[in-house]
Amino acid sequence: MVELISILIIYGVLLGSLTGAAILIWFERRLLGIWQDRLGPNRVGPLGIGLALADVIKLFAKEDWIPPFADRLMFVLAPMAVMIAMLMGFAILPYAPGIHVADLNIGLLFFLGMTSLAVYSVLLGGLSSNNKYALLGGLRAAAQMVSYEVFMGLSLMGVVMLTGSFSLVEIVNYQQEHTWFIIPQFVGFVVFMIAGIAESHRLPFDLPEAEHELVAGFHTEYSGMKFGMFMVGEYLGVILISAIIAVIFFGGWLGPDFLPPIIWFAIKTFIFICFFILLRAAIPRPRYDQLMSFGWKYMLPLTLINLLATGAIVLWLQA
Amino acid sequence: MLEYGLFYIAATVALISSLLAITRYNVSHALIYLIVSLLASAVIFYVLGAPFAAALEVLIYAGAIMVLFVFVIMMLNLGATGDVQAHLLLRPRMWLFPALLCLVLFAEIVYVLLSSERLLSGMVVTPKTVGIALFGPWVLAVEIASMLLLAGLVGAYHLGRRYLKDSREGATSSPEAAP
Amino acid sequence: MINTIWSQLVTLYRVLLHTFTPADTVQYPEEMPYLAPRYRGRIVLTRDPDGEERCVACNLCAVVCPVDCIALQKTEDQDGRWYPEFFRINFSRCIMCGMCEEACPTYAIQLTPDFEMCEYDRQKMVYEKEHLLISGQGKYPGYSFYGVAGKTIKGKAKGEALNEEEPVDIRSLLP
Repeated sequence: MVELISILIIYGVLLGSLTGAAILIWFERRLLGIWQDRLGPNRVGPLGIGLALADVIKLFAKEDWIPPFADRLMFVLAPMAVMIAMLMGFAILPYAPGIHVADLNIGLLFFLGMTSLAVYSVLLGGLSSNNKYALLGGLRAAAQMVSYEVFMGLSLMGVVMLTGSFSLVEIVNYQQEHTWFIIPQFVGFVVFMIAGIAESHRLPFDLPEAEHELVAGFHTEYSGMKFGMFMVGEYLGVILISAIIAVIFFGGWLGPDFLPPIIWFAIKTFIFICFFILLRAAIPRPRYDQLMSFGWKYMLPLTLINLLATGAIVLWLQA
Repeated sequence: MLEYGLFYIAATVALISSLLAITRYNVSHALIYLIVSLLASAVIFYVLGAPFAAALEVLIYAGAIMVLFVFVIMMLNLGATGDVQAHLLLRPRMWLFPALLCLVLFAEIVYVLLSSERLLSGMVVTPKTVGIALFGPWVLAVEIASMLLLAGLVGAYHLGRRYLKDSREGATSSPEAAP
Repeated sequence: MINTIWSQLVTLYRVLLHTFTPADTVQYPEEMPYLAPRYRGRIVLTRDPDGEERCVACNLCAVVCPVDCIALQKTEDQDGRWYPEFFRINFSRCIMCGMCEEACPTYAIQLTPDFEMCEYDRQKMVYEKEHLLISGQGKYPGYSFYGVAGKTIKGKAKGEALNEEEPVDIRSLLP
């Protein structure tokens, strides 16, 4: 019985996250439309939601073309990497008390490891395409993601210090007893948010695919479902980062009793997905050197100071 | 039982991918196999009860260091000439002697492993114990390592800075030299 | 740095406020957009109040057309009126710039607020004179070129046009 429930949860998470990613394709365009005083896609089905289905059918029906000059092994491997890594990331999320795929005691590190593996898809996609634009996109992605990964991990260490555990369930339980981490770890939240956008290479940090400069960046040569996997991977990344922010800094499933915990989790995640889209609608893309110097000169020192201060306060409270 | 199965599967994957990594002509393919090998060894760490080490293996080795390797390969633009050079390196004359040395090392490891009792200990090492060990008995080693890293960081910054200044001067002087 | 961050936050807030502004979109096929009477759309050839063609085949429109989509040939009838033998506009080239309308000395060529010209066959976008001519006077009712011009045609001698003085008799000595 217990095994059946856990299998159900696994399939539910898999199905839910993939459907969420597909619907996000429509939702993002619709929301961008609202913020740009347009309507967005509204023709297929009620409110245009059929667009998600139409897009999926289109991607599956397209010719799956591998260019003759590409490196076949890496070209095929690259789009799979991002999707697998992002889906693995969903395994450690606690959705509600008792509803999670795996409660690892290194949950946070597992999440960081999976996001860092997702870099490979961009990198290998750029390298294997044998295309100038793709290569430039891959190069940008490598430097951007390796640098932002550094303080993405460090920004969470303040939370780990306070909780004393890497397990996400324990982090939520700690927030139930004390307060949401947004208050004591506000700097950590801001840094993690920015690093999360850079890690999922969303606008304004979408330099690897910057379509005004690099055609489509690392996925210039991709078509059909391979391109679809990049796309789904990106949206899965958005959902995953939003969910992690909700869990770590906003108490995950915690909330007043009139709604079930999983709904609270969904609402918080949804708000952060909307915030990601708002960033895309509002903020222009920085130049590449601005991005790098912003990361190393402002974000990293800020994170280290936050870490030092948190450590000092923890020690002071214990003494 | 399941742990044993997982361990042997992961070990086989690690071995095969390492072997493939050193026999590929194409450098980027070799790197992919190396990454797979690192991931497999992360699984081994996890099965052996060291989840923290496994996570760090994925995070640091597979996630950060290998990315830099791929980055360097992208910058170098090796192409077909690199393949030819790799081809030369893989003649038996080149690898026979190192392989022999490795075989000796392997025999030693097998002997040591067989003579000791503790194979799959089953003790789980939590991140906390790792932290206590690092900043308790081994704090001196950690400090020395961090000093070394800091020196490396400052050195790299210095070298990069000088290079930047040179290239900037070169950029300003070249238009004057042109006419 | 503080200013930069503040400006980004203000941007976010301003964009967020647009959640409550209604969309400017006009749902086109169901809901027609308002087009001003002087909108530059499909080109027509108009007639003067007598029902004759206004076009005198002066070729100014063909010359001024930046994409060279107008072609015409002048001819003359027994009354002395000039008119185009053929008048052809290739609408697959036309960019609706309105230069022909500005160049036309007789208000013959006019642009109308209609832009829905879709064909599967490109050849159908080439409009001949019978497609272009309308029976009305377009935007300038009551204007007749021969009524104000000094050109003699049948039924209108020199000096009979609007505001035109009698021709000077050069053999007379009277002032």
